[in-house]
Amino acid sequence: MRDFFVLRVIAKLLIPFMLLFALYVQFHGDFGPGGGFQAGVMCAAAVIFYALIFGLPAARALVPDAVVESMLAVGVLIYAGVGVAGLLLGGNFLDYFVLAADPVAGQHRGIFLVEVGVLVTVSAVMLKIFYMFAGRSRNTPD
Amino acid sequence: MTVGSHYSYWVTILLMIAGLYIVVARRNLIKKLIGLAIFQTSVYLLYIAPGKLIGGTAPIIAEGFTVYSNPLPHVLILTAIVVGVATLALGLALVVRIHEEYGSIEEDAILEIAERETTAQEQGGDRA
Amino acid sequence: MILDHLPALQVVVPLMAAPLIVLLRSGRAGWLIATLVSWFALAVAVMLFMRVQSVGVISYAIGNWPPPWGIEYRVDALNAFVLVLVSLIASVVLPYARTSIAAEVPADRHYLLYSMFVLCLCGLLGMAITGDVFNIFVFLEISSLSGYVLIGLGRDRRALHSAFQYLIMGTIGATFYIIGVGLLYLMTGTLNLADMTVRLAAVEETRPVRAALAFITVGLSLKIALFPLHVWLPGAYAGAPSAVVAFMAGTATKVSVYVMLRFVFGIFGVRLVLPDLHLLDMLMIFSAAAMITASLTALFQKDLKRLLAYSSVAQIGYITLGLSLANNDGVTASVAHLFNHGITKAALFMLVGGIVLRVGTCQVDALAGLARRMPVTCFGIVIAGLSLVGVPGTAGFITKWHLVLAALQDGQWWVVAVVGASSLLAAAYVWRFVEVAYMQPAPADAVTRSEAPLQMLVPACAMVAACIYFGFETSFSLGGARDAAAVLLGGLR
Repeated sequence: MRDFFVLRVIAKLLIPFMLLFALYVQFHGDFGPGGGFQAGVMCAAAVIFYALIFGLPAARALVPDAVVESMLAVGVLIYAGVGVAGLLLGGNFLDYFVLAADPVAGQHRGIFLVEVGVLVTVSAVMLKIFYMFAGRSRNTPD
Repeated sequence: MTVGSHYSYWVTILLMIAGLYIVVARRNLIKKLIGLAIFQTSVYLLYIAPGKLIGGTAPIIAEGFTVYSNPLPHVLILTAIVVGVATLALGLALVVRIHEEYGSIEEDAILEIAERETTAQEQGGDRA
Repeated sequence: MILDHLPALQVVVPLMAAPLIVLLRSGRAGWLIATLVSWFALAVAVMLFMRVQSVGVISYAIGNWPPPWGIEYRVDALNAFVLVLVSLIASVVLPYARTSIAAEVPADRHYLLYSMFVLCLCGLLGMAITGDVFNIFVFLEISSLSGYVLIGLGRDRRALHSAFQYLIMGTIGATFYIIGVGLLYLMTGTLNLADMTVRLAAVEETRPVRAALAFITVGLSLKIALFPLHVWLPGAYAGAPSAVVAFMAGTATKVSVYVMLRFVFGIFGVRLVLPDLHLLDMLMIFSAAAMITASLTALFQKDLKRLLAYSSVAQIGYITLGLSLANNDGVTASVAHLFNHGITKAALFMLVGGIVLRVGTCQVDALAGLARRMPVTCFGIVIAGLSLVGVPGTAGFITKWHLVLAALQDGQWWVVAVVGASSLLAAAYVWRFVEVAYMQPAPADAVTRSEAPLQMLVPACAMVAACIYFGFETSFSLGGARDAAAVLLGGLR
């Protein structure tokens, strides 16, 4: 794909906006359709798009496998961590009411943090699946 | 209560049976997974369709709206979709590994090879 | 304070351990964390069990949303018993796992295996503890998906295909379950188990509810490998790494049986199940068929793991048979057999794992004269095998005895005959091992003495000792099961 000038320029132009839109979907999830799942897929799609245009090695240099694997775990830990925070602050597991002085603000903070965890894990999972499938070819078993 | 007014159920049933049939009848592992995905999709519809009230809006309290759709099925099915995607990804990953090991994704060919290996192993056991 | 949060900790700690192990990327650390977590889970389960005995049902509202709106974790005598079983087997298998896994799985996958192991543990514990029918599905899939991965990690390439078959069958089962739950939700508008039981009374004669019962029973039967739906099980158990089978054979199908008990007795209740649907009659026939045909098939297996897998299918027949008798003794026997068979089968698979490590195969014909080479392992297999047969003085006897009592109480003489026949067949397939290992001369080039390493032998022997111990001391297994049966049948009488 290295020779397709138009594709490369368009990709470079588009990818920042894809990431930005992912963040919009992420944070607008409080008020309308959106949230971590969709935003996570969009983030991953931006990197996958990059890989399609510039090649898998370039994408792997940008977001290495080790980072993806760690993100996978960190996202789940953020989610569970919010739950445990609820425990430590005197509520039940995943109790958002106690996360802030005002229960409504607490719910808001809780769901916001949880969605961050979802974003991290979902994008990492999507990337991991893409890397695993794209990285295999007929002559490289395992 | 005519038959036609519940067409979403008919679609659900059709998808359910079609998917299950593909899983059972096809011997190609990828096709089996496609059937499985269709089968699971029917469940999404089974949950989502009854949650919608005609004329209902999203369940956010606002002026002028009294009829709301049920949001719970959507949440449940979001979870079910994630589970379905995970199953499909794992299934495909297994198929890739099976293809690497056996050189085929046709169940008959794989079973034949596995059968041969089992027999060889048992005969090896006899010798030992 | 902390005691109030035990139900959450039971699930959350294994759940958080799984990503932590991935993050550390070390097989050794993964094993250590997994082992510690399983011990922690066991401690929590035992504490919950004792608390349930003293204060009764424990209800825990996740996120502080009160049931039936929020997800409720609800611990009563039945699932506290299941929690102890699952975490007990995990906490004995994991110390054993390290040596066994090191020999059977490539080193770069160890941390992923332990991560999947605790995730599977988390799923099974979650299925048992939650009081929300959709939550059961989510945990069912967590345990199943991690289970498919664990089985696919077996060293033989046939394990891959077995894992794939299990994935197809397991997913169909789980989807059937979720279809049933969907129909119930449409009819009752609730997902909370306790709430659903109450609300179902008004609509229980409707067709969707009956369809739901059918879907859920068939779906769970796939998961528990009830006789005609068991085809995935032997391959999966034969191919998976030994430590994984020891864990899953003792727990995975058992927790699904628990869910079935909950639905058949807890939700639908004997009112609907007994009279005109003949569900229990059918279960009884399939159980009896499982006990005979699977035992017969086991008799002709050449692979020891496969033999034990078919024996598992037969033993599941005992469990569902007790369930289908639907009287107090029957359900007690059923629940107690969950435990007794769980420890027996875990012990057997752990010992066979030792044979695989030393001999390199578990083909029965290759094990001639093994008793001289691995005396402790072989003796352990004989003892656990006796428990499988149901010889007095072993755990297996206790449950078979109560099963027979339950059948007599019901006047079902043919059930007694089936139990007897199945036990004879079990004795026959255990004898096959005894004959080969003890009677046949070892091949000339055999190693004189090479017992499995202590790290594997000690947990396995502890499990064998448990088979004997629970054959005499029945206050936990039988007493717990009796309380559980009272919970299941109590509301209906």
